Amino acid sequence: MTTNPVLEPAAIESAGKSRGGRWKHRYNFQRHANRTGWLFAAPGLSILLAFVFFPAGYAFWISLTDSSGLNKPSFVGLDNYVQAFTDADSQNAIVNTVVYAIGYTPLVIGVALFLAIFLNRKDLFLRGAQRTTIFMPFIISMAVAALAWSFIINPNTGLMPYWFSKIGINLPDLLNDETWAMPTVIFVAVWKNFGYFMVIFIAGLQGIPPDQYEAAALDGASKWQQFKAVTLPGLRPTMTYVIIIAINTAFQTFDQIYIMTGGGPLRSTETIVYRVYTEGFTNFRQGYASALSFVLMAITLTIGLIQLSISRKQERDLA
Amino acid sequence: MNKPIPFWRRPGTIGANLLVIAASLLAIFPLVVVIVTAFTPQNETIAYPPELIPSTFTLDNFAGVFERIPVGAQLWNTIMMSVGVTFFSLILNSMVAYALAFIPFKGRGLLFGLLIATMMIPFQSLLIPLYKMLTEFGWIGTMTGLIVPRAADVAGIFLLRQFFIMIPKELRAAAMIDGASEWKIYWRVMMPNATAGLLTLGIFNFVGNWNDMLWPMVMTNSAEDRTLTAGLAILNGTAQGLIPYGVTMAGSLISVLPLVIMFAIVQKRFIEGVATAGLKG
Repeated sequence: MTTNPVLEPAAIESAGKSRGGRWKHRYNFQRHANRTGWLFAAPGLSILLAFVFFPAGYAFWISLTDSSGLNKPSFVGLDNYVQAFTDADSQNAIVNTVVYAIGYTPLVIGVALFLAIFLNRKDLFLRGAQRTTIFMPFIISMAVAALAWSFIINPNTGLMPYWFSKIGINLPDLLNDETWAMPTVIFVAVWKNFGYFMVIFIAGLQGIPPDQYEAAALDGASKWQQFKAVTLPGLRPTMTYVIIIAINTAFQTFDQIYIMTGGGPLRSTETIVYRVYTEGFTNFRQGYASALSFVLMAITLTIGLIQLSISRKQERDLA
Repeated sequence: MNKPIPFWRRPGTIGANLLVIAASLLAIFPLVVVIVTAFTPQNETIAYPPELIPSTFTLDNFAGVFERIPVGAQLWNTIMMSVGVTFFSLILNSMVAYALAFIPFKGRGLLFGLLIATMMIPFQSLLIPLYKMLTEFGWIGTMTGLIVPRAADVAGIFLLRQFFIMIPKELRAAAMIDGASEWKIYWRVMMPNATAGLLTLGIFNFVGNWNDMLWPMVMTNSAEDRTLTAGLAILNGTAQGLIPYGVTMAGSLISVLPLVIMFAIVQKRFIEGVATAGLKG
């Protein structure tokens, strides 16, 4: 699920206060509201407290121990964090994840926006059906997508290397090549998600009033100038949302890495989550893996706070 | 601009159409490969030069996948987990969302802040503590373990809240004057008015859990307890390229077919849901 909240500080503040008047009456009413409010929130809130909030704290505790899942853990202080930032494999995983995010985010957004602008035209053949088709990869699991692409690009039996060889291009063994493995797993993620972002962009484009384009055209603005002066500013809130979602999912990448490369060749596609998984569940270094998890959490939290301040600023600008 | 220009005469029409058709083909191509390869005899999947369309069709690959993993059990687990999480999360999320949208209770700001903090924690960073907790509860490999930790999610709460706050507040006031209890207002008045939101969230959570790989992979130990998505991943991971591609494609087809059929039915609602969720962001 990918949504983010709209913060309405004003609404929250006014909600807590009541409207004045006969305060005794208000007191009963308020007490009743307090009770029912928390009662309604209680079941969902307990799930979140038990399975998100508590484990977050628990993860921090585990990260301060040498827990393997099999031993009796003892306290080791910040050792795991020191390791997570100093050992070459972890640094490599952090760098890979950042490289992945830097490659994936602009690419998927660029492709999605480019296609959205074309799909927003009225003169397209079977527009609705094409939109549905392009959205399709989003509902297929990354596992299946990764299996299918592995087969398609297999250097010996895959269709793609064969077709490329016909037009004189010899593709390398993409998944076993240190240079190409990372771009390949990025490509699969772009393929899977560009339709999703495109649909969001189309909705954003339809929110831009057509007369703005007409006015720009009257002023003699070229298509490119119209794009810069009308389209991009009109897409500002959509763009913020899309960028945050894309970066966040990039930092959580695991599935296609597990299926297509296993982190290889030579750890060139090993991401943070992949390393958390292998260290925590196959090498039984839970303390160390938890420290890495916390690095991931810190990154996500930072992105979240940036998003919060941007959307606050956008609301202020609109107001 | 007043006289409609036939579409083939408008500038850029042909180019735009070609571009979009190319994108559609690229989007659909791997799915076509999955479907065709699932029915391709093994010797033809490893032949050179490779052909997209085989000379004969076979069902051997399906037999092959049933031999290697308990497909029936895993498909059942996939359905149970997706339906279970969707069902519970719709109820629990909508209750929290209802409280946030309609009830002016003390501490609402606190709850809001708590939820926002919770939303910023990626579940991938909680795998180890959750695994330890579920082990402690004896929930590893059980449906309870797969469903309960996901029975509420903050993104879902905020999505439903967005739909609730669009419903006029007078509806609640009127029902209260008629003497309806808060529960009755929630269940009989507001839930039916938020079906669009419930459907959107329901589809999202159903698809998300059907496709999820890491969660069921970590929280189950035996093949019988896994979902199909996780089962395929582990089958592929442990076989080290020794299983024929036809077999993995047959498994993949079994795993995506129910979703593709469902998508064909609800695609309009789903795509609109994605679009509005993005706009509200």
